Amino acid sequence: MDKQMSAAQVVAQLRDGMTIGIGGWGPRRKPMALVREILRSELRDLTIVSYGGADVGMLCAAGKVKKVVFAFVSLDFIPLEPYFRQARQSAAIEVMEIDEGMMLLGLRAAAWGVPFIPTEVGLGTDIITKNPAIKVIDSPYDDKEWVAMPALPLDASLIHVDRADKRGVCQIAGPDHYMDDWFARAADKTYVSCDELVSTDYFHDPAQARMVHWERSATTGVVPIPGGAHPSSCSPLYGFDVPHFKAYVASAREEAGFAGYCEQFLGASEEEYQQNVGGLEAIRAIELPTY
Amino acid sequence: MTAATDYTLAELCIVAASQAFANEGEVLATGIGVIPRLAASLAMKTTNPDLMMTDSEAWMLSEPNPIGSRSEDFVPATESWMGFSRIFDNVWSGKRHAMLGPTQIDKYGQSNTSALGGTYEQPKVMMLGARGFPGNSISHPNSFFVPSHNTRVFMDGECDFVSSIGYNPARLPRGHSLDDIDIRLVVTDLCVMDFGGPDHQVRLVSLHPGISAEQVQENTGYEVHIPGEVPPTAAPTLEQLSIIAAMDPHNQRAHQIKDNPPGDRS
Repeated sequence: MDKQMSAAQVVAQLRDGMTIGIGGWGPRRKPMALVREILRSELRDLTIVSYGGADVGMLCAAGKVKKVVFAFVSLDFIPLEPYFRQARQSAAIEVMEIDEGMMLLGLRAAAWGVPFIPTEVGLGTDIITKNPAIKVIDSPYDDKEWVAMPALPLDASLIHVDRADKRGVCQIAGPDHYMDDWFARAADKTYVSCDELVSTDYFHDPAQARMVHWERSATTGVVPIPGGAHPSSCSPLYGFDVPHFKAYVASAREEAGFAGYCEQFLGASEEEYQQNVGGLEAIRAIELPTY
Repeated sequence: MTAATDYTLAELCIVAASQAFANEGEVLATGIGVIPRLAASLAMKTTNPDLMMTDSEAWMLSEPNPIGSRSEDFVPATESWMGFSRIFDNVWSGKRHAMLGPTQIDKYGQSNTSALGGTYEQPKVMMLGARGFPGNSISHPNSFFVPSHNTRVFMDGECDFVSSIGYNPARLPRGHSLDDIDIRLVVTDLCVMDFGGPDHQVRLVSLHPGISAEQVQENTGYEVHIPGEVPPTAAPTLEQLSIIAAMDPHNQRAHQIKDNPPGDRS
């Protein structure tokens, strides 16, 4: 089976109003090339579920978002995401604000086909009072109340990985796969961009196969895009682009705003984008962060 | 164990904050930010060698990493994988103590990391979001570090958004007791506090040298329980200062508190 697609073919599968999960974490291993293809499209009214970074900020800034399901939206080394802030502070988006672990539970519930997973998390906080859709329930086994974290089923997930074969075997070679396995399992369709397309025998080495975190049946499409996580990182291949993120944040304070950022960088295709940011070699040369 | 006479306020805070981890046994210490991370590192190197720490990315370490760029030949003392998904297995087991710096902390010990002012639908200032605060606060002990003790952080009334559960009877979940909530130390640039006053009221534990109880009360938007005798926060020892310097070779601690004041302001 050959699951290779182009970014444009992925976006052609998406529809207005869909709920879309985005893998990665903050400024790390985000499927930014696929996000950019959405920026170039007519899609709108999306509900985005994400451990958010510039993926969420850019989609908000471009008017693609109806609602964000989030625990944070942050660039980490720059704590506040400028365009997400603007969207919140202008009431441009609806939100479902939850705890980081609750998002994991919601994705697991969706993946497992159960309506909710009970947890203590959220009790006593505004997560419960601001989300009337999240129910607090009695337990059949004790006298406590519990949060029934609802499943977060996704119409589609977008994920970026280090390597994949054309059948959808995906390898995350960096130290953390974050919750990407659950994003893949919680979604009806999972589209994965990869830095390198490899042949299937690459995974015959168990040390390589050990870094595969979901079965290929959970992968719908594979999009080879070297450097496709930029400006986020794809460890160990490249770090996140600090000067680029600073320029992105600065654009939010300028009159041209996000349109100015897009004018400067987005381009009509990923090839144009990469030319505008200095080329693939420059992306691959970005040092990994030290924590 | 010679007490130092020349030390910064940041170093005093690191030593005071490390006390939070001293008697915790074998738990994961998560210190977010330079001072909390150095506090956990110091505890692991001195008072509590059983403590566990990560590299702030995806590996558990048997020795804390120095902060910032390290030499090419530096080998981290990795002992296991500890990616973010596994962190939640640890959090929900309760074997963790986190020290974090929220934007608001109210009289109940509830904290806010999400939004300030306006309405929830349209906040005046959007911040990070609730992050892991809801889960941390109901699952394991937590401490706070506040680099600037003032009435905007320790504000009158309830937090604009309650990210973490505190000792608020009105929000207590059914079947729970206020004693289930476990907020430990609140280390600030003025003092150390906890919630050990009557009915979990915030209580002054120690005053940094040169700071008065009146200053603490003036800079706190609610009443602080002040016991009859409040000791000074213990000065770092020379041994502690040398461990801190080794854990922070680029002196990032000098940039954590405004103007990097000396530890003794008397």
